[in-house]
Amino acid sequence: MHEMSVALAVIDQVETAAAQTPDVTAVRSVRLRVGELAGVVPDSLAFCFELACAGTLLEGAELVTEPVPGRARCTPCAHEWAVGMPPSLTCPECQGADVELISGRELRIADVRWEDGDPTLAATPVPIAEEC
Amino acid sequence: MCRVVDLQQAVLAKNDATAHLLRTHLHTRGTTVVNLLSSPGSGKTALLEGELLRARERSVAVAALSADLATENDATRLARSGVPVKQVLTDGLCHLEAAMLAGHLDGWLPDDTRLLFVENVGNLVCPASYDLGETLRVVLASVTEGEDKPLKYPTAFGLAHLVMVTKTDIAEAVEFDERAFRANVERVNPGVEVVLTSARRGRGTGALLDRALAAAEGAPLHTPVMARRADAGHTHAHSGAAESGHTHAHTGAEGAGHAHVHTDAADAVAPAAPRS
Repeated sequence: MHEMSVALAVIDQVETAAAQTPDVTAVRSVRLRVGELAGVVPDSLAFCFELACAGTLLEGAELVTEPVPGRARCTPCAHEWAVGMPPSLTCPECQGADVELISGRELRIADVRWEDGDPTLAATPVPIAEEC
Repeated sequence: MCRVVDLQQAVLAKNDATAHLLRTHLHTRGTTVVNLLSSPGSGKTALLEGELLRARERSVAVAALSADLATENDATRLARSGVPVKQVLTDGLCHLEAAMLAGHLDGWLPDDTRLLFVENVGNLVCPASYDLGETLRVVLASVTEGEDKPLKYPTAFGLAHLVMVTKTDIAEAVEFDERAFRANVERVNPGVEVVLTSARRGRGTGALLDRALAAAEGAPLHTPVMARRADAGHTHAHSGAAESGHTHAHTGAEGAGHAHVHTDAADAVAPAAPRS
């Protein structure tokens, strides 16, 4: 059960990012992309995240996990397939083993929704995907 | 004002960067790390006892670090081989992380160590996600565990450079279906070598040492499909991330002002070590 370690790493990264932005007062949500082969259980992670957020800037923040299906591509025959769970990583077309995983091991923070009080933030180098 | 900020950071980037630094550092001093993963009771310690003895006979400078939630029993067993051994108690943590390993090696690992065997916490889930700076990752399964173990723990078996089957002396009694086991390994990790061993009978003893020495000498390693990543979301077994990993291991930890705008996942910054 390493979800607590993962939750703490997420909080740490969000706090660091927030510390570099003026006047972030609260974090409302964090969106994670979790591959089906990442070895992380979203429910367990959500439980740990809620606990670990207590007393931090992220207290009360929602963790949104976005599952990413595993997909692979055969290098010689270019066939692509959904690997499934448990995964089949030998090419179903040519039975070859020269295969590349296209997706499925992601464990990434995609974006964060937070409250800040600085309306000039858009002029800073911080990329802002959208306002909400 | 409520804003959505695009962070795009790999959650385990800090561990990956630390692992890369450790691998580079150990390589420079001539040490190669072997990371052993299995369920509790699969026979990691018994297998390792045989390999450490064999290494001593062959005058190969080896050391072993054993991680457990509690007790020094494994280290006591391994120390009988006469090689340097260290027990790490994780106090309940289910896996080792690269920074923890680095901390334990500091001031302990003898300078001339050629191979360092790390016996990870008995667990096939969590340790699979953490690169420890190893060159060779070995996953063990005993014949009593069922032929479908590789399917139940695909990330662990899928990232192995070598799979070892233990306790084959009782394979017949437990009706171990070797062909089914091999097919299941092949499904999650096509092309990986499977070695059959029995510590009790001495079957396969020395095989791990041979593979580890070959890896230390730079022999080409099996590359698991799961480690061949089209995306760079997680840098484990991703040598291409080498240089950026090195740089960010420092800047990220210090929280330098560039946590944003990381479109290349391999460059993602992950501050401060995760712990639980």
